Amino acid sequence: MATGTPAIDGSGASARFKRSRSRHLFEQLIGLSLFACAAVTVVTTVGIVAILLAEGLTFFTEISPLEFFTGTRWTPLFQSAGFGVLPLVNGTLIVALGASLVALPVGTLAAIYLSEYASPQIRSIIKPVLEVLAGIPTIVFGYFALTFITPFLKDTIFPEIGVFNALSGMIVVGIMTIPMVSSISDDSMRAVPQELREAAYGVGATKFEVVTRVTFPAALSGIVASYILAISRAIGETMAVTLAVGATPRMGFDILDSFQTMTAYIVNVSLGDTPQGTTEFRTIFAVALTLFAMTLLMNLISARVVQRYRERYE
Amino acid sequence: MADSTNSNGGVAVVDEQVADERDAAVGASSSGRDFRPTLGAAQIDQQEDTIEDVAVQIDDVGLWYGAKKAIEGVSLDVQRHEITALIGPSGCGKSTLLRCINRMNELIPGVRIEGQIRVDGDPLYGSDVDPVEVRRAVGMVFQKPNPFPKSIYENVAFGARINGYKGNMDELVERSLRQAALWDEVKDQLKESGLALSGGQQQRLCIARAIAVQPEVILMDEPCSALDPIATQRIEDLMQELAADYTIVIVTHNMQQAARVSNRTAFMLAEEDLVGRLVEYGRTDQLFTSPNDSRTEDYITGRFG
Amino acid sequence: MTAEAPAATTRDLFEVNLARRHMIGVIFQGVALLGTLVGIIVLAVLLIEVWRDGIHFLELDFLNRFPSRFAEQAGFKSAFWGSLWVIGFTALLAFPIGVGAAVYLEEYAPKNAVTRLLQTNISNLAGVPSIVYGILGLQLFVRGTIGIGPSLEDLGLRDLDRSVLAGSATLALLILPVVIVASQEALKAVPPSIREASYGVGATRWQTVRSHVLPQAFPGIMTGTILALSRAIGETAPLIMIGALSFVAFTPGNPLDDFTVMPIQIFGWAVRPQLDFQDLAATGIIVLLIVLLSMNAIAVYLRHRFGGPASR
Repeated sequence: MATGTPAIDGSGASARFKRSRSRHLFEQLIGLSLFACAAVTVVTTVGIVAILLAEGLTFFTEISPLEFFTGTRWTPLFQSAGFGVLPLVNGTLIVALGASLVALPVGTLAAIYLSEYASPQIRSIIKPVLEVLAGIPTIVFGYFALTFITPFLKDTIFPEIGVFNALSGMIVVGIMTIPMVSSISDDSMRAVPQELREAAYGVGATKFEVVTRVTFPAALSGIVASYILAISRAIGETMAVTLAVGATPRMGFDILDSFQTMTAYIVNVSLGDTPQGTTEFRTIFAVALTLFAMTLLMNLISARVVQRYRERYE
Repeated sequence: MADSTNSNGGVAVVDEQVADERDAAVGASSSGRDFRPTLGAAQIDQQEDTIEDVAVQIDDVGLWYGAKKAIEGVSLDVQRHEITALIGPSGCGKSTLLRCINRMNELIPGVRIEGQIRVDGDPLYGSDVDPVEVRRAVGMVFQKPNPFPKSIYENVAFGARINGYKGNMDELVERSLRQAALWDEVKDQLKESGLALSGGQQQRLCIARAIAVQPEVILMDEPCSALDPIATQRIEDLMQELAADYTIVIVTHNMQQAARVSNRTAFMLAEEDLVGRLVEYGRTDQLFTSPNDSRTEDYITGRFG
Repeated sequence: MTAEAPAATTRDLFEVNLARRHMIGVIFQGVALLGTLVGIIVLAVLLIEVWRDGIHFLELDFLNRFPSRFAEQAGFKSAFWGSLWVIGFTALLAFPIGVGAAVYLEEYAPKNAVTRLLQTNISNLAGVPSIVYGILGLQLFVRGTIGIGPSLEDLGLRDLDRSVLAGSATLALLILPVVIVASQEALKAVPPSIREASYGVGATRWQTVRSHVLPQAFPGIMTGTILALSRAIGETAPLIMIGALSFVAFTPGNPLDDFTVMPIQIFGWAVRPQLDFQDLAATGIIVLLIVLLSMNAIAVYLRHRFGGPASR
């Protein structure tokens, strides 16, 4: 028999308890195919890393990494090609930062309200609505930014705003990520033991003081993890920024003007007719490699933060 | 006995229904009845069981969780600068009653409370009473040590800070920790987390935290149930010392503890209807040696609960 | 103990000022409520705006016409059916693989470093931007190589080109982590006593899983899978990457046909400068959201009907 069933003496099992060979083989086959399913996820990761590295490294033999990571001119498809990725990174970070300014405070306030103030009935209404908000496709938010937010800003506060601009992208990406911040922060605030709240009430604290000085700090690591995930999501967000922010890779901070993010650049190249196998086309792998590294780093940090907070309470 | 309330007259209010049930209970276990007169008879008459200086006056308090009644018709007076113990089997409503004294029950949705409680004659319940003020005057120490995940110093200073303490905070922290008999152990590590202390130290830290806002009454809800015997001993000694400055009400499931530390004991019981009522209240030595009620005796002699 | 009676001397040193503290509390609660309402209000405005923009093109015939250079003749037929084809095959791929992986991790996997690595890898994959999956799909399925090792052609297979199947395979990899995690949650919720009872009457591990554990976990698995699919149906970027087109005048007839999907058609219309096409995009969004919300409703129904993973 192939597997290592311990045979206590050499004689093997009696006929009565003898392992059925075909049944055993079948069970092993099942286990193996289930493992193969799980292994698909590993193949996915290996595939992503291999593709980005293979094509990215080829790219870096043609364009020096120094130029790529420090250059401030991104015009790979132009006659006078510039391969400095910083304008794309600039656009990405501006949008992500602006989105955070919307999503982090608003999401935190929503989490505080849901976990500390809302009655169970109100909670049972608001939570599903926020889930619906989280489920709206990003292309819809892009449309909303392009056809509603930008014209609205133009008519009210910023008459000089461009058709494509960073500000509307910040706003929609921020709104998209509110549910992410609110639901994770809500979970971690609800995980704060009730005894801590009671201890604060017991020395004469008001609800506001309990929330801001006890519950919130105690849940901070979970809340911070939600912030990092939200920023990571904003960095990787594609369609909304493609539609709202436009396709102008540049440095600078004028958020009323068009920028281009890393993701939007990748989409634009694949929409165009750049021939595959050229240095121009390989830019998308170098950009994607940069993007992947940034989001992976943030996700790892957030996982570490969450780990710490689990250790503290469980 | 079965026909009387407490000897000091009307402190423990027992309504008719209870009295009826008690008669039935007594009838069922008549051996308890015959047994009693031999118990510590000599001491009973020597004890002067009067309350001269009422710190907390509980007046006909009842409580509902939603539609379910948890306690009913509890009345008792707590003597200032004494330790009063609430005992009874689990589910008898003793912790619920305790949490009525600083309006902690209101943090649970759907709780309704009737009756009145007064501290120094001032009512705790009423439309113009602020529960936050009540909790400042009536501090609490909980079953499980629950220091904030902050430094030892900040744990003690927390209540004083939010309540606008104008004095010297360092002094207040030191004095509170000294009063809680913790100062010598932690004076060199005030910046370290309160969670780094042992269970017994954490509980004394919680006591220091409660003292720091200068309450008049301190409620303790089974404060030693999570502690080992040595840590328990320290807390019990500490309670005796604190009684000089504060009025203490303690809930305990441990009858020996009630007998060791308290001046007076109230025995609560929830019978078939699961509604907790006060059965008997009196001086601890008297209640333990010659209870007036057969159910008290059954409980303290370990016959049920 | 010091007998200096501190209580009496320092009680006056408190400036409690509760009126002010309560006022701050009320203001804060109002601000928090406002923060909660921001998302809800924006969602309402978004839905109303889309409805107002898109309503005048919304008619049954919208789903029966192919795209056109003229807005009033343009329809959603190829995108609508393309989405259904793609999502159908995505489900066929992601469901068995995702459930299989979850069963392996929950019921079979030993508690060792390999299993922990698998689990960490899955949670990291969930955070990879969808456009990166698009690049994976482009190389792996459309071009048939990941740059190292043999290509699909070397293995005697053909690449999938820009077909429905390439799109489905890409989206399946994208939602796989979500399906796996949701299925794991559902499996975890099955009480161990059921497994023990099954083993106790002599069932093998697979018999136990197939006959007892999976049926119990099924509603939860379905809920999670449907929610994952409703995310896939709104995905745009990865399908643009693999080269799905925005002007397709036919519906797929088999899984190797070219295709477009609703979000890409919406994108194609939204970037046109003419107002009519932007309104067409809104009409497309209405259809997309109806499909998506129906899927969510089915998931919520399953969750309530069979009491799957508790709604938090």
